[in-house]
Amino acid sequence: MSATDDIPSGQGSPPADSPTAYQEVQRSPEFAALRRRWRRFIFTLSAVFLVWFLVYVLLAAYATGFMNTTIGGSNITVGLIFGLLQFVSTFVIATVYVRYADKHLDPEAERLRLLVEEKL
Amino acid sequence: MITAAAPSPEVGTPAVNISIFVLFVVVTLVIVYRVSRGPSSASDYYTAGHNFTGPQNGIAISGDYLSAASFLGIAGAIAVNGYDGFLYSIGFLVAWLTALLLVAELLRNTGRYTMGDVLAFRMRQRPVRAAAAVSTLVVSLFYLLAQMAGAGGLVALLLGINSTVGKSLVIAVVGAVMIVYVLYGGMRGTTWVQIIKATLLVVGTAVITVWVLGIFGFNLSALFGAADASSSKELINAGNQYGKKPLDFISLALALVLGTAGLPHILMRFYTVPNAKEARRSVQWAIWIIGIFYLFTLVVGYGAPALVPGGAQAIANAPGKENAAAPLLAYAVGGTLLLGIIAAVAFATILAVVAGLTITASASFAHDLYANVIKEGRPEPGMEVKVARRTALVIGALAIIGGILALGQNVAFLVALAFAIAASANLPTLLYSLFWKRFNTTGSLFSMYGGLAICLLLIVFSPAVSGSETSMLGADVDFAIFPLSNPGIVSIPASFLLGIIGTYVGRREPADEERYAEMEVRSMTGAGSEGATAH
Repeated sequence: MSATDDIPSGQGSPPADSPTAYQEVQRSPEFAALRRRWRRFIFTLSAVFLVWFLVYVLLAAYATGFMNTTIGGSNITVGLIFGLLQFVSTFVIATVYVRYADKHLDPEAERLRLLVEEKL
Repeated sequence: MITAAAPSPEVGTPAVNISIFVLFVVVTLVIVYRVSRGPSSASDYYTAGHNFTGPQNGIAISGDYLSAASFLGIAGAIAVNGYDGFLYSIGFLVAWLTALLLVAELLRNTGRYTMGDVLAFRMRQRPVRAAAAVSTLVVSLFYLLAQMAGAGGLVALLLGINSTVGKSLVIAVVGAVMIVYVLYGGMRGTTWVQIIKATLLVVGTAVITVWVLGIFGFNLSALFGAADASSSKELINAGNQYGKKPLDFISLALALVLGTAGLPHILMRFYTVPNAKEARRSVQWAIWIIGIFYLFTLVVGYGAPALVPGGAQAIANAPGKENAAAPLLAYAVGGTLLLGIIAAVAFATILAVVAGLTITASASFAHDLYANVIKEGRPEPGMEVKVARRTALVIGALAIIGGILALGQNVAFLVALAFAIAASANLPTLLYSLFWKRFNTTGSLFSMYGGLAICLLLIVFSPAVSGSETSMLGADVDFAIFPLSNPGIVSIPASFLLGIIGTYVGRREPADEERYAEMEVRSMTGAGSEGATAH
């Protein structure tokens, strides 16, 4: 079944030719641009951390020989370093996202919010 | 080599442990009394009027998340199984990125009080809210039971109470205090309890960590070496616990990393702040606090076998088994007083987590089931909060009874199960409704009920319930036809798939377009979402 974009609205909602304030903003190029930028950013970061976590999990599960290699005669193993790097990457990704969202997403989102609330 | 002489079952002075714990209870009760302001509105009771700041909520989230399982369980797992214990903490931490990137802000903007608000936003209200409430109640009750039974286990070790009656009494007291927090404090009081508890927990663990590191001249390698030498296992190596069953470990890792962002009591915390930006800051704070805490537990976990007389074997033989690692270490390095503080912190941890779970379960019952399903969105004024309070009372009573019945049972798997259910029943639906336009009511129901059912069935037929030494029913009963102790690797993909199948089986609803536009714009901009209420 192919989905059409102009399904006649049900009872109790305005007719299809007068879109709600939300629909107006949703259809605007500004909103589309914000959504694209924002989704590209969060989906990329999510893919990065999930793949990196998965690599780590697989190494810990199947490559124990490699993970148990000690470094330079100490009791520190490769596995420990990889584990600690998971902490580091988590802190870094969180910081990168918060900075990006504060700087590049919030102002535009706020502008669009005021636009919608004006029309409501 | 290592003598099997068990340490004295009573370490420290129960009187000191009890007094410090009573002091915590009194102080928190006074605070709960002071912040609560008589009869409250639904928004007050469920979300503290959305009035907490991001950093405050971030600390409270850490308080909610760092349960006794995190503190005692992970330290113990590292002490006994070494590196494999460390794997838990990594999964528990990385999971927060899912919450930060994909869930927290959108949820805050879209909903008001519960997870069901978001899931039902553009779906048919009654069936989806009912499903959300069922899954919230199941996850919260499993989690609750694990915490209460854990309280019973701690009693023997820390308070020197060994009789069943004595342990039951302590569980009843813990439950009663928790009910008081929730009934009188609502979300505001409960949040302050979480904040105090998280602070005590992190500071207490930091003290032990620095102490242990100091003993080893701040040389990690020396600490690991000493831990390794004290145990018959090679603690610095991966594979002690999962070496023979890597698939088990992968399944668990999947449940952990996808479960956190589907835990109803965690999701509900995002409503206690005024907007999405503060929700983002909450998670940012939580990630730092939780991450640093888990780094501490790494030191505590390795410090325990290195410094507790008798090493890893003594810990495994102690009452409370591996859960005793952190308290025994505290006693070994800091004596009676430090043990007393850590013991009190452990109890405070259980108390606070249980309170957070109870308020979430009661909110979902009153808001999703009572107000929106039974009363079809038109409850009499004031009734919803009354129902929530009564539900909290019932859930508190259930937790006490369940905790007493579960005494002595191996219930550690219940927490991992709660994560697996949250990842299977809640997360796929949550992500689909936020990001997938075509998703509909049938898809939601397929994914939620399907994920829940598959998850529960697989657990019943897993080695966690029967067929092995460590399973709930022991090795004598064996109907474990599913080989993995955590169902995540099967049930999570299945639930994602069911969501897609259901969506294409179900019909498209008339208001779809409009509600989706509202949800999308609202979730990203916060337009029309409920902000902080005035004091």
